[in-house]
Amino acid sequence: MAVVKVTRPKLNSGEKMYLGAIMKGFVITMKHAIASLRGKTRGASDLASSGLGATMQYPEQKWDEHLPEYYRGAPALVTDEQDRERCVSCQLCEFICPPKAIKITPGEIPSDDPWAKVEKRPKEFEIDMIRCIYCGMCEEVCPEQAIYLRKDYAITGLSRADMVHDKKKLYEIGGKRVGLVNKWNELK
Amino acid sequence: MSDNAATVEAKLPKDLAAEKGLVNVQIDGVWHQLPRGMRMIEACKIAQKEVPHYCYHPKLTAPGNCRMCLVQMGMPPRPAPGQEPTFDADGYQPIGWMPRPVIACANTVTENMGIRTTGELVEKCREGVMEFLLINHPLDCPICDQAGECRLQEFSVQHGKGASRFVDMKVKKPKNVDIGPRIRLDDERCIMCSRCIRFMDEVAGDPVLGFTQRGTHTTLTVHPGRKLDSNYSLNTVDICPVGALTSNDFRFQMRVWFLKETKSIDVNCGTGSNITIWTRGNKVHRITPRQNDDVNSTWMPDSHRLNFHYIDSEARLSAPLVKIAGTHAAAHWNEAITATVTALKTFQPSEIAIIASARMTNEELFLTRALADALGTGQFTTVPRTGEADELLVSADRNPNTTGAQLVWQTSDTAGAMFGIREGVRSGAIKALLVLGEDLTDAGFTAEEIAKPEFIASIQLLAGPTAEASDVVLPGAAFVEKRGSMVNVTGRLQRLNRALEPLGDARDDWEILRDLVLAIQGGQPGDGPATIEDVFKSMAEGTAEFAGLSLSKIGDLGQPVTETGIKIPLLENERARKAAGLING
Repeated sequence: MAVVKVTRPKLNSGEKMYLGAIMKGFVITMKHAIASLRGKTRGASDLASSGLGATMQYPEQKWDEHLPEYYRGAPALVTDEQDRERCVSCQLCEFICPPKAIKITPGEIPSDDPWAKVEKRPKEFEIDMIRCIYCGMCEEVCPEQAIYLRKDYAITGLSRADMVHDKKKLYEIGGKRVGLVNKWNELK
Repeated sequence: MSDNAATVEAKLPKDLAAEKGLVNVQIDGVWHQLPRGMRMIEACKIAQKEVPHYCYHPKLTAPGNCRMCLVQMGMPPRPAPGQEPTFDADGYQPIGWMPRPVIACANTVTENMGIRTTGELVEKCREGVMEFLLINHPLDCPICDQAGECRLQEFSVQHGKGASRFVDMKVKKPKNVDIGPRIRLDDERCIMCSRCIRFMDEVAGDPVLGFTQRGTHTTLTVHPGRKLDSNYSLNTVDICPVGALTSNDFRFQMRVWFLKETKSIDVNCGTGSNITIWTRGNKVHRITPRQNDDVNSTWMPDSHRLNFHYIDSEARLSAPLVKIAGTHAAAHWNEAITATVTALKTFQPSEIAIIASARMTNEELFLTRALADALGTGQFTTVPRTGEADELLVSADRNPNTTGAQLVWQTSDTAGAMFGIREGVRSGAIKALLVLGEDLTDAGFTAEEIAKPEFIASIQLLAGPTAEASDVVLPGAAFVEKRGSMVNVTGRLQRLNRALEPLGDARDDWEILRDLVLAIQGGQPGDGPATIEDVFKSMAEGTAEFAGLSLSKIGDLGQPVTETGIKIPLLENERARKAAGLING
């Protein structure tokens, strides 16, 4: 093991009085104070901040339009062009989910349904948003391109039950998604 | 050379093996001694070399139609006329490898044979076979119930090419076909291995399945006008290597990779088929047979395998009940036990009778005996329950532990006191009944007779006439919630294992019995045996057949402890087919 001996820096008398450093600090603070009063702080224009500092005034101001393409918000289920539920309840997301936030009850599609040939879809699909860690494993593992992490991040509720997204809520967040691989069209 | 060869010849491996009736086979470069006539695929299994296969099943004949088990075979080259066979330093003849592969499932091993389960030829063959099998396969694994235990899935990962070169449309076949009351058929997923056809023909003896059409259009169908409704039909689901045959009961219920497997035994008849209980959380999702060549081979009847839904049904009792002024009210365990014992103590021992069950484990029966001794009553019995035997696996004795009761109680007729007790209840001589896991209706009591005793306490699983009539109801555990042992009709001691915790406040039956005995004797809680192992130990001390055994020593496949002379017909059929060389396993 190499031993490095660190010596204390030698300070001259001016540095030992630290008056100069205090003055420097005052100047920096004053610079920021004046910029704030003029509404011209850093990020005022490019981050759409309030101009009263680099911080945004959430929730009056939001950064939503700046969210990058890869942003990972609340997971949600999507339907395809023909409003078919893409999820076939294979339960791979339930299996992969690290915090075990997903609970699926599979169900059979009745034979009179136009999509009866798909045979299976979730009867219930619940994601506990208290547990969800927004890791995106569910999206990655999905063989049907049915679950996506959307840009919703403000998930709130007054009770634990409120924080569980059921199937209806998940499709509401997810909406319709077009341009995906569609393996259930007529030509298999 | 010649006299040297003569001394070596006496010690040649082929002669050493032949003395034991074996042959030398080289499998992937290692020499093994194996019985003559064994299938190559079984030989590879013994050598712990996996040969992927679909159509071969050790308990069925080998038609060799899936071509997945192709291996390379070699034999010593035939010597020219007058040429002496040559031996290498170890005494084996050099192997001449054949340029074309052979199927391992239908060929048998012979002396000095060589088998290669790896190598370029074999691997190329497997890739090719996989590609052919996947041409018309729908690849709907996210939906298919077999996903996770699908041989096609597994082998396409291990031996497949990873991509399809096939650009034409896949052949369409019937999907979601209702071929029987318990089975659904998806012909597109079928890979034509014919295991189900052979099972129904050779084992179940009801050949209703067959192929129609030819080539890529080959379709599995059920005979016109017939249904796949045999009581053994669900075994075809187990042996189907893909998801072509699925069980209606388990279909789309749960993915198999979530399920926990617990080895246990079936309790629906005296055969005691070995089973695997598949659970997730506190719910049983399915029950499948587990291989035991001395009990059920690899099969089990549908009626037994599907009989588990009552465990979490509406009728299941989950809290002790005490009847106060004609209505049942939930009570604590201590209250219920005290209420039972207090009431029992008001009767003379001769006025108390115990109706126990041959559905109880040996340990429970042992404690029942202790309970009868503590009460001082000699009137205890089991309830006989018989049905029709089906000449395969279903035994005429529908109680799973009749033999065990005979051994534990040391009597040849455990139901001997039944008549006397029924008469006693009728005449009013018996005023208190203790019903342990039995239904009084099954025991032949009429509604008036059930109403007659002054006091009834019962350990019950489900709500019913007995629970209704009981003054104290003690909720017991179902067979999937128990650990214990039973002895089947052939005299084999087998073990139940606990797959689930008892539902709600319900308790393991042996704990209830122990607490009752303790309360009657005035013992302190904690005096009695603490674990089921302790109960077995004290039982084994008093039962000669169980001497030297413990619950863990029974093992997953059980131990023969007594000879009853009863044979299981399905095993007799299997042995005959094995003797005839039809099957190998």
